[in-house]
Amino acid sequence: MKRALALHIAVLAVLFAAQFVLPPYHHTNIARIMVLAVFAMGYNIAFGYTGLLSLGHALFFAAGLYATGLGIEVWGVPTAVALILGVAAGGAIAAATGVLALRTGGVSFMIVTLMFAQTGYLTILYYGEYTRGDEGIVIARTARAISNLDFSADTPRYFTALALFSIALLVNLVLVRSRLGRSMIAMRENEERSRMLGYDPFRVKLIALSISGLYAGAAGAAYAVLFGYIGASFATIQYSILPLLYVLLGGAGTTLGPFLGALLMFYLIDISSGYTTAHLFVVGAALLVLVLFAPKGILGALREKGAKWLP
Amino acid sequence: MLEIANIDAGYGNVQVLRGLSLRAEPGEVTCVMGRNGAGKTTMLRAIIGQVAVTAGSIMLNGTPLHTLPAHEVPKRGIGYVPQGRRLFGELSVAQNIEIGLMTRRKGAATRDHVLSLFPRLRERLAQRSSTLSGGEQQMLAIARALCLEPTVLLLDEPMEGLQPSMITLIRDTLTTLKSSGVATILVEQRVETALALADRIAFVTNGTVAEILANDGLSAKTPQFHTFVGV
Repeated sequence: MKRALALHIAVLAVLFAAQFVLPPYHHTNIARIMVLAVFAMGYNIAFGYTGLLSLGHALFFAAGLYATGLGIEVWGVPTAVALILGVAAGGAIAAATGVLALRTGGVSFMIVTLMFAQTGYLTILYYGEYTRGDEGIVIARTARAISNLDFSADTPRYFTALALFSIALLVNLVLVRSRLGRSMIAMRENEERSRMLGYDPFRVKLIALSISGLYAGAAGAAYAVLFGYIGASFATIQYSILPLLYVLLGGAGTTLGPFLGALLMFYLIDISSGYTTAHLFVVGAALLVLVLFAPKGILGALREKGAKWLP
Repeated sequence: MLEIANIDAGYGNVQVLRGLSLRAEPGEVTCVMGRNGAGKTTMLRAIIGQVAVTAGSIMLNGTPLHTLPAHEVPKRGIGYVPQGRRLFGELSVAQNIEIGLMTRRKGAATRDHVLSLFPRLRERLAQRSSTLSGGEQQMLAIARALCLEPTVLLLDEPMEGLQPSMITLIRDTLTTLKSSGVATILVEQRVETALALADRIAFVTNGTVAEILANDGLSAKTPQFHTFVGV
């Protein structure tokens, strides 16, 4: 545990220092990566630790995004309250989705969660009068602040993203070491065997999906306030696939995998798009290499090679 | 005491158990024998709640088990060691044991007791369970079930495919458990094991218990072994 904790604190320290060392161009990038990593961490709780392959996480992210964005812009709620609303919306919608979707399993679960996410996307478009559909809503700069903390400025935005990321990461670390975390892993490994040992699969999976939704909601809420825009594109299937790719790349079932995956994928796209318009081809090739040589992701492969202490 | 009274159970439209009755007393080993397809494993799965009981009852010290959801049955003190071990293969020995301990919130004392029964597992705590030998996997499957501190232990052919030294070890463990008051239902095909361990032998055929014999003066030549097991 000491080694694992030391590694996590070292990662957070590097991210803290990065703001002082890296050119300003990267500050916004890394702030965005940290928020997306929180989203991916949530996805990892469902997929990497509990074995729930969801295609509906865009809905939970969008729930946080819209609850916060609409809260500020349409309902006139104070920013701090809107943020809490966003986190709660993500968790509540994930729980509601889980109550129905978890009655299925495997491919059916994927399809049902995808359908829920599509319903969310279409609902955003349908109520375009309030949500402004594809066009979205730009949140006024003046509203993106709590007291003197202006989230639209580079430095506060970076450190707010870092604070959120730190809390999410450390909670994740505690969670996977807890009794609940072990139950989730048991569920991932084999539901029937877990039941035989006295675990209630539905209950464990529902709790895991709800926590996953809280993470996605928190990421969505933070995204709305830190980057000042909400739009229907965040509810498309692309935003359900992205966290899956981050997790697969970094290592499913590892606490730092989602961040590593988000970091690598973000810069892979960023750099390759500077050279070619076919940058998605580069991403596809990278994923192909990953599947062939490290099917458990980068940290998953490291863990298999000997770093068994990696949580 | 576990009492199975006139249960019917099966898979979908296929009825396997037909009015099966059996009792397991504390500190006794009840050995269940019968040909393949007789319903031995289905009986264990019915007790643990993995197969729905459509008639009759399964009571543990007066509490009905057959009406409980499957995940509640182990919490009442029923440990199950399925055929083929069914470990969490990707997890280490320590993690498999930990998962067993958590259900009934058992701690270090139970863990130490279980590992004292199988010292070899203590040496392999960090090893992935799928990489253990067959005998070690069986030890772990039994250890995991014992983490529940069961009052009734169900074992489905635990010695199948094991080398003689492992069979001796598992037999010794079952004898220790018996002396500690655990009621054991052991599904077994080997006559010598049944004769060595059992207090009573129940012969199952066509989904029902055809005959129960006290293990008193029985031998491999007892005709029921030939009639019901085919040896």
